[in-house]
Order: sequence, then structure tokens, then C-alpha cells
Amino acid sequence: MIGIFLTVSLILTVFYSIKVGAANLSAYEIINGLINSNAAGASIIWNIRIPRILAAIIAGACMGIEGCIMQNVLRNPLASPYTMGISQGAAFGAAFAIIVLGAGTLNSTQADAVIVNNPYITVFMAFLGSMMGVITILLISKLRSITPEVMILAGVAMSAMFTAGTMFLQYFASDTQVAATIFWTFGDVERAVWNDVWIMLILMIPALIYFIYRAWDYNSLEIGEETAKGLGVDTDKIRIQGMLISTFTSAVTVAFLGVIGFVGLIAPHIMRRIIGTDHRFLIPTSAILGALILLVSDTIAKSILSPIILPVGVITAFMGGPMFLYIIIKMRR
Amino acid sequence: MILSVDKVEFSYRSTSVLKDINFEVKRGNFVSILGVNGSGKSTLMKCINRILKCNNGMILVEDNDIKKMKEIEIARKIGYVPQSSEKGFFTVFDAVLLGRKPYIKWDVSKNDIEIAERMLKIMNLEEYALRYINELSGGELQKVVIARALVQEPQLLLLDEPTSDLDLKNQLEVMNIIKKVSSTQNIASVVVMHDINLALRYSDKFIILKEGHVFAAGGREVITPETIKEVYGVEVYIKNFEGIPVVIPRSQ
Repeated sequence: MIGIFLTVSLILTVFYSIKVGAANLSAYEIINGLINSNAAGASIIWNIRIPRILAAIIAGACMGIEGCIMQNVLRNPLASPYTMGISQGAAFGAAFAIIVLGAGTLNSTQADAVIVNNPYITVFMAFLGSMMGVITILLISKLRSITPEVMILAGVAMSAMFTAGTMFLQYFASDTQVAATIFWTFGDVERAVWNDVWIMLILMIPALIYFIYRAWDYNSLEIGEETAKGLGVDTDKIRIQGMLISTFTSAVTVAFLGVIGFVGLIAPHIMRRIIGTDHRFLIPTSAILGALILLVSDTIAKSILSPIILPVGVITAFMGGPMFLYIIIKMRR
Repeated sequence: MILSVDKVEFSYRSTSVLKDINFEVKRGNFVSILGVNGSGKSTLMKCINRILKCNNGMILVEDNDIKKMKEIEIARKIGYVPQSSEKGFFTVFDAVLLGRKPYIKWDVSKNDIEIAERMLKIMNLEEYALRYINELSGGELQKVVIARALVQEPQLLLLDEPTSDLDLKNQLEVMNIIKKVSSTQNIASVVVMHDINLALRYSDKFIILKEGHVFAAGGREVITPETIKEVYGVEVYIKNFEGIPVVIPRSQ
């Protein structure tokens, strides 16, 4: 029931999001543009609005799933790509690409003053930074023991090291490079093009199938480590695979879109409180809610200061904090 | 023989916890493991279930070496009720159904549902089926945890202090259920206990651990004032009441 409600809400938000933007489209223009590629609004719809909407849906869904899995395997309600240092790793990788490899520049004649002129190097380095972070965490855990506590502490340490590394690079960078680095870290779905959308979608689907297939293992882990082992779950294997796959999808979305906080944290929390912790339902509904939150945030980002379009990361951060506090205070379970 | 523990040793880093543990459990046995805190009772349970891997020795479950068994095979033979508290936000039915995990790939079969429903009936939990486990009392919750272990259809049930947080009524109810299910399903139960009188009331075999060794093992005859003085450092009387020995501490 809740799944249907969320899906309907998502579909309605998609239509509203196609409508709003720098140029508001009428219902007629939307329908005409969707079915006729030569119509007046078709170019805006197919080249700007729809890739952006799909990027928000896919990235939001990925974030919801990643948060859900990380909170489960790490047995920590605060676990998310952001708290595990994955986002900071990506930011360091992007800063390295822009400052050391010269992938960023300044374009003072355009509305978007700062551009990243070689996005694929930046995306690749951001991805590498994220994966480096989680592989280090897993190696440290392997040396010590693969417990949630060790993983989280290692994640906090990696996060601090990546932040320090980014600051170090920025200190020696030119104004242009610093601006480009900061611009990159503002998570934004506007930068997504059709290719990025396809790559994210192709990676998300197998990850989603894997996680849903493992739902009973996550349910067992939810009860407790010893219970899960008693039920025949190889908890170390499930933990490592869960971390690696969720980090992989997270690294891809962060690399393409920048740092977007809070969605991965709040979407699974809200769903847990509504439907419980049965991961057969929690994983897909967290994905839909994550998609809905990011798309609503992006629609607000497009319309709140129109014609200025804010990066969606600003909106999720603004909305996420109070929303999270509301959940903690208001909800019983 | 359903369980055979042969020369088992276990250490946490350099600290030796279990030393040369030997005992056997037959089908239908109800065995209590007794001993002071830190004597290795819970560690022994985890070694039997391979949650911890013993350093030396051999554990056989129905003649299968536990070291060579897959996790899922162990879970189909051994039902384990750990000491730690229950977490998660599941309904009672889903929490019990989770015990079918060793048999479920993804889809829950009709058979899995029937087994879970039957167990809810046996445990008198039917009326709670749709309640969330965080809304239950300690006794009800413990019954859910035991029900989950039983729907695994194990040959051996391991319970680590199943009555430690329960009031007298719930202690008796839980122990009666374990005893009844063990005998009707002809499975062996190995239970870590702190309450010697409760152990005497329900068990037919006792294994008393002291500093990681088996200090004494056998029937009720091993529970003597001398053994208790040696193991617990407490002087006691043992009186028979309605045919059951009762341990009464002497006034200090």
C-alpha cells in the first residue's frame, strides 16, 4: 500500500518537475513535447528536464538503498555514504583531478562562472577516491576484525584524512581551481547527461536485485549478529559484499553528481518507522522514497529562487537536518 | 549420539577459556551447563555452533564434523538461542518465520508458513502473531526467540541462559515449553543455567565447568554440597522436596 502511494507520488512529482524550471511549460506543451520530438518544448523536455529527473530518481533510489544496507550491515543508524567517508573520498578525488591534473577552469562570461572542463577525468578520480576509502576500511577491518564498530571507526578516520587531503590540495591551488573544486562538491543533478543516466541505471539494477535477493540475510542481521550466525548467515561475507556493492553504486552517483547528503540517511529511517525492518519490503520502498525525496528537493531547487537554479545538495542539506530531527522527536519506534 | 565434544580447547588471543572439554549428548537428553560467570559456558555454546572456531579438538553433530559443515547445514541441525537481547522491528509471526531462513531461498513456501503457525500455537503465541516484538514482555519475547530456534527443525537446541531475565512464572513456563518440545520432537537440549534449582528440576544431565575445565559431569548425583562449595565457593544444604533435590545456601 505504502509502495503504491510512494510510486504515485513519484509519478506526479515527475510531471510537475517536467513543468517547472527556467521556462515553465504548460500541460499542453509537456504532452506535445513528450509525443512529438519536433514540438516547441521537446528539446527542453528531452535534453534538459528528463535526464535531470531520471538522474534524480536513479541517484535518490541508489542513496535510499545504500543507506538501508549500510545501516543494516554496520548496525548503526547513522551509517550512510557520507558518514563512511565515501563522499569525502570522492571530493578528494575530484579535487585531485581539478587541481593536480588540471581538469577545472573558470569561465567568467557565462552564468555558470566555474566549469569543470574535463568532467570524465574528474568523475573517474572521484570514483577512485570513494573506492579507495572503502577498500582501506575493509583491509583495516580484515586485519583487526570485521565488526561494525571497526568499520565505522575506520570510516570516520578515512573521512578525516580525505578532508585533510582536500584542504591540503586547495591550499596550494589557484583561485580558479579552488572555485572549481567547491563547485564540484555542490551535489547537483543538473550536470547529468543521458550517458550518465544510463551508466547509473545499468549499475543500479543488478545492485538492487542482489540486495533484494539477500533480504533474508539482512533480516537475520537486523535481529543480531549471533542470531544471524545461528541461522546460517555468513555475516562477514554479507557485510563485506554489502559494503562493497553499496559503496560502488554510491561512488558512481557521487562521481557523476557530487556530494548530496541526507537522502541516504533519512529515506531508510522513515521507511523503517512506517513498514518495519523486513528488508524484502524495506529495500524497494527506501529506494522509491529516496528517489521521491531527491526529485522533490530538485524541483524545489529549480523553482524556489527561479530563474536561479540551486544545486540540489543545498536543498537536501536544508531539508534533511530538520526532517531528521522531526523523525527522532515525533516517531515512536 | 547427537553431540560429541572431544578434547575441545578455545583461547581468546593468549587467554585460554576452554581446556580439554569432553562430553556427549544423546537424543532426548536435557543437559544443563553450570558454572560461575567466566567459566566458559557461553564460549562452549558458541564453539558447538561454530560461531567461534575452537583451536583444538573435535565437535561432532550427528557424526558430522562441525568444522567441515556449511553454515546452512549447521543451522538445519542446531537451533541457537543466544544470550543477547532481541533487536529489530518485526511482527511476532515474521520474527518466528525468520527461523526458516536455513530453508528459504527467497520465496516463503506454504510449508514454512505452516511450520511457523504451528509453532506459534505450541508456544501459545497465536494471539500475538501480528504484534511487534518491541511491544512484548520479557517472557513473551523469550518464547518468540525459542520458537524461532525450533522452527529451524533442529536436532540439537542450544539455549544460553534462557530464563535469566524472567520472573518465576515465566521461568517455569519457558522451561516447561523447552522440556515438552524437546521430548515430543525427540531433540536434545543443552542449556546454560545459573539457577541450579531450576536446572535440577528439568535436566537429566549436568556439566559443571570450572575455569574452562569440566569439573563434574553426570546425573543429579554430581550436584553435591562439596561440588557446589568447590565450584561456586558457597556452602549449601541439599534437601529433597517432592522427589527433586533443592539447593539451599547456608546462612553466612
